[in-house]
Formats: sequence, C-alpha cells, structure tokens
Amino acid sequence: MPPSISTRRSEFFAGARATLPLILGAIPFGIIYGAVAVANGLSPAAAQGMSLFVFAGSAQFIAASLVGDGLSVGLIILTTFVVNLRHALYAASLAPFMKHLPQRWLIPLGFWLTDESYAATIARFNAPDDSPYKHWFYFGSAAAMYTNWQICTLIGILVGQQIPDPQGWGLDFAMVVTFIGIIMPLIRNRPALVSVIVAGVVSVLANGLPNKLGLMVAALLGIAAGVLAEIAWPVTDPLVAVEENA
Amino acid sequence: MSDLMTREVIMILGMMLVTFGVRYPVLALVGKIDLPEGVFRALRYVPPAVLTAITVPALFMPDGEHVFISHTNAYLVAGIVAVIVSWKTKSLVLTILIGMAVFLGWRWLTGLIW
Repeated sequence: MPPSISTRRSEFFAGARATLPLILGAIPFGIIYGAVAVANGLSPAAAQGMSLFVFAGSAQFIAASLVGDGLSVGLIILTTFVVNLRHALYAASLAPFMKHLPQRWLIPLGFWLTDESYAATIARFNAPDDSPYKHWFYFGSAAAMYTNWQICTLIGILVGQQIPDPQGWGLDFAMVVTFIGIIMPLIRNRPALVSVIVAGVVSVLANGLPNKLGLMVAALLGIAAGVLAEIAWPVTDPLVAVEENA
Repeated sequence: MSDLMTREVIMILGMMLVTFGVRYPVLALVGKIDLPEGVFRALRYVPPAVLTAITVPALFMPDGEHVFISHTNAYLVAGIVAVIVSWKTKSLVLTILIGMAVFLGWRWLTGLIW
C-alpha cells in the first residue's frame, strides 16, 4: 500500500502500518520469551538486554532455553549464528534496493532486519513507483517492530517474575508450541518435509551427545537432507520467501 | 561484576556480533559480490531444521534423557494437537492458545485419572 504522495514521513508511517498484522503475531511471542528467559535463570537485565542488543526472536528464545539447560556461552553463540543464518537470505534479497544508501542507513537497517520487517517491506521495494524514500518505509516497519518487541519483553519479564513455579504453568511448553506454530507453515513441499523428518529423528537419536551437540548434528543433517531431496523433487518456489513469524 | 553477570554480558555481546554479522555484511555487499545460488538453497532449510531439532526432543523426551511415548506424556499429546492445529489453520496465535489449553488440561486430567 504505497502512499499516494511519497514523503519521508508518509513512507515511515505506511511502513509501520503495513507491519501491524505481523506485530500482533509477535506480541505473544515476545511476552512468552520474556517470561521463559527469567524462568530459565537469566537476569531481567539480560533478558531485556538481549531484546535491545540482539533483537532476534527465535534466537533469543533458543538461547533462553539453552541457558536453562546449562549450556556453555560459546555453544549458545554458535547456535545463535546457525539459527540466524536465514537472515542472509533476506539481506541478499533487499541489498539491490539499498545500493545507494550510506553506512548510517545500512548499519541500523541491517541491525533491524527481521522476518516480519522483511515480509512487510519487500513488496514496497518491488512496487513499480520510483519513490526515493522507500527505505523510510523499512525504517517505519523496523521501528514499530523494535518498539513492540521491547515492550512485550518487559511485560513477559514482569509476568515471569510473578510466577513462582513456571513449569507448573506450562511455560516450558509455551516455547515448544510456539515453535510448532512456526515450523508447520514452513513445510510447503516434499524437500521441506524430508528435512524436518530427518532433523526430528536425528535430534532424538543424537540427544545423548555432550554439550547439546545433537541439536547441531540434527540441524545440519536436516538441511543436507532437504537439499538432497530437491534432486528428486525440484522446488520451484522463489528462493526468497517469507512464511514465518519469528 | 559477578561471574553470572560477566557470563550474561559475554553471551549477549557474542549473540549481537554473530546476528549483526549475518545481517549487515550481506545487506552491504550483495550487488557488489554474488553468493552462489546453492548457498541460498541450503539456507532455506535452516529455520525448519533447527526449530525441529529443538522441538522434537522436548515432545518425546520431556525429562531430557529418556524417550517417553505414552498417553500420559502431556508434552507429546498437546504437541500432536498443536501440529494438527497449525497445519489446518496456519495461525500462530491459535496454535499457541489451543496447544497450551490442551497441555494444561491434559496434565490436569492425567493427574486425576492415571
């Protein structure tokens, strides 16, 4: 929905508006993240700090659960890297539209890149009009996402602190069920199904490996299985497609 | 600074660096250098594979060590329901709400009956 007369201001607010439906989806996610993080032993400052400085929903969730498992900091950082590799896809898709932007734009827009802002913004960049302010649309989308994420995290932390026994309330399951809701829409073809089945089976078989390495082994084999399955069932989808909520 | 605080600061700094390190360079460099298509193909499987590798053990091995396949495993029962809800509705919010309701309800019931 490009604004009729494109100004910096109109693009900014159009971007924020276009992201609203996706923000609604992120609200429970952010609240549950904050609650799970403190329940798993992160300090409230660290739980909020992760939202402020890392700003990556799925990775924050996973890190919070790995902290609960007592995993080493190095492995948590490595897992974060692997989980966020998908952002390279979005960045590569947006990059051609950003060639003309100076570093003072590229650095914050890079930091603020999320599944949601990518989904809301790519259509604006692809729109036929040649507004010089399309990056302000992205800016508006990202600013709305970021603000919402901080507020939801804070609510989650406050809620989590009020709950003496998080397991009793099923907060540990809240994360699991959230992930299921993200995974299922991603299974849109046979190679994706093969990838998920292999990752799932290996994750149980390799669970005994030290340092949660089973997670990494299962993920890598799942990715390899998906790529190999494309030989039997070629995938015709566009290479960059957003279909998730994290 | 306490050990715990140091650990948290290092963790957040590290996570910030690797996350920004994935997002920013590609945004700034693509168009100037090209990544092979095969890399992008593989990247598409990263989110489902990673999330599945975290989720499946949580359903089948709630104690973190032993496979527990039983109708009294509320994680597994509610997980299966959530898979069906998500598959049919594609709605994250519905999946969370129904999944949580089934999980809490089933755990309460199994405590009463079995």
